[in-house]
Amino acid sequence: MAVGGVREGAPASSREAPRRGQGGRVGHAGSSGWLPYALLALPALVYGTFVVFPLASTVRVSFYDWNGLTPPVFVGLGNYVALMGDTLFWGALVHNGVFLLFYTVLPVGVAFLLVVLLTQERAVRGLALYRVGLFVPQVIPMVVVGVVWRWMYSPINGVVNVALGWFGADPRPFLGDVTTALPAVGLVATWVQYGFAMVLFLAGIQRIDRALFDAAAVDGAGPWARFRHITLPGLRGEIVVALTVSMIAAFRVFDLVFVMTRGGPANATNVVAFEIWRRAFQQREVGAAAAVATVLVVLILALSRLVLRLQESEQ
Amino acid sequence: MRGCSDTVSGVPMRPGRGFAVSQQTVLTAFMVLALFPIVLMWLTALKTSAELATNPFGLPEQWRFDNFAETWRQGNFAVYLRSSVIVVVPVVAGALALSVLAGYAFGRFRFRGRGVLFAVFLLGIMVPTEGLIIPLYYFMDDLSLLNTYWALILPQIALSTSFGAFWMRAFFADVPGELVDAAAVDGAGPLTTLWRVLLPLARPALGTLSVLLFMWTWNEFLLALVLVQDESVRTLPVALSFFQNQYTAQVPLLAAASTIVSFPILVIYALLHRRFIEGMVAGSVKG
Repeated sequence: MAVGGVREGAPASSREAPRRGQGGRVGHAGSSGWLPYALLALPALVYGTFVVFPLASTVRVSFYDWNGLTPPVFVGLGNYVALMGDTLFWGALVHNGVFLLFYTVLPVGVAFLLVVLLTQERAVRGLALYRVGLFVPQVIPMVVVGVVWRWMYSPINGVVNVALGWFGADPRPFLGDVTTALPAVGLVATWVQYGFAMVLFLAGIQRIDRALFDAAAVDGAGPWARFRHITLPGLRGEIVVALTVSMIAAFRVFDLVFVMTRGGPANATNVVAFEIWRRAFQQREVGAAAAVATVLVVLILALSRLVLRLQESEQ
Repeated sequence: MRGCSDTVSGVPMRPGRGFAVSQQTVLTAFMVLALFPIVLMWLTALKTSAELATNPFGLPEQWRFDNFAETWRQGNFAVYLRSSVIVVVPVVAGALALSVLAGYAFGRFRFRGRGVLFAVFLLGIMVPTEGLIIPLYYFMDDLSLLNTYWALILPQIALSTSFGAFWMRAFFADVPGELVDAAAVDGAGPLTTLWRVLLPLARPALGTLSVLLFMWTWNEFLLALVLVQDESVRTLPVALSFFQNQYTAQVPLLAAASTIVSFPILVIYALLHRRFIEGMVAGSVKG
């Protein structure tokens, strides 16, 4: 949840989740027809009440004009039609799209760089230590990340500006400038994400048979050929996971934007999740906010399906 | 560097020294980059505002541990720490219990509607909290639970059970059938088998799950921001965001507050990092 990361990543490979045909391994079959239902009763009650029911309600509310106080008025698809011409909403969506570069492309790219180098070497000295260090940004609260980076970017003694000053650059308010605010926040997301992609790929590469590399070397395959024909196919599962997790994170980013910029300056860092919060809880346009939330949910579900499809069609 | 070719007259060569160095260098560089802001946060928390202007990177001239005491007092962090603990403990405990029940049902039994039900449970892993937060707010209002710990505990148990059911199903499905059959032969019913045979085996899986759930609950922001406004119920991450607005200019205090909020999770990470990493990697890869 707060770590815009991994909880949502799980289904990436759960396409085999309803694994049928393991009947042979199921104990107590036959004698316990009602038992699984009894086991599921409490979890389903809690999950249904606090996840499924609210989710369905979000969709329902999106068809109403409602300020949260007076009785809601049914408007059909009215809220969605209004969204079509809503520049704030489209702007936010575009910013989420830009965040794909910082959440997905850059971290995965950086992790690839590492993997290309790694395939050259048998064992990395101190691998465990690297894993622990690289993973730290994943663990700390996103709010802390945002607070720390906000003053690192500060024009007054912020270390980013101090460091750039060594090269003669004048201090500038990265988060207060319309042109730099979005990439500045985006780079923080990259900082959070790349360690996860690296650790994921490092784990994946351990599984690739070393003999393949030796054989390829004997056949005269260069580093690029080995990367292209051994590493890349061998890491396909990890790549799909890294893509899915980071793309979802790019679309649900909230904490970071809330803490660093509140969507500003001049909506330059406004994102869909922030727009939902603002509409629902600041402007009390609850129906419109629910429509935006519904779009976000559909978008995220569609994205993860798309990545899965792409992977399956490649196999 | 690319010059240290791997095939000189067809002979496979050991990896070149140049590669070994550059790879180690790249790893080190990115690890330093990952840790730098955290270390900077700690160092900054121990300086004065004045020193920050002259010495932004170095060790503090005088280690001002007073900053922590001042932040703790002014920021009311004792209250928020208490709230965070009161929320996190029942969420982890409750979600563990429900995850075991659901995971056992999905992992070891075949029943009508299993596929559909499991897919519905999985939905909660993908759906962003933003998709639930609006009705949750009015729902909690109807139940008169806004501004209570329950408003944070109940939805987070539910959301955590989604990943937990997925996680425990994978564990239960992987247990060899012979083990369970042997228990059945000895006359153990399904519940006895779960309690006596499977749960002791599940200890590592449960341990990793608790660590992940602790982290997600400890760091949760949106629910805590929206569902409680009352200061006495506020959790640490939301408190930090409010603290930031009040003390924008006092960077050492902000750094101290950030250190306080991240301290518990970092201590647990230092002790149990293998569970964190394996859990997050396996949780996303395993199916």
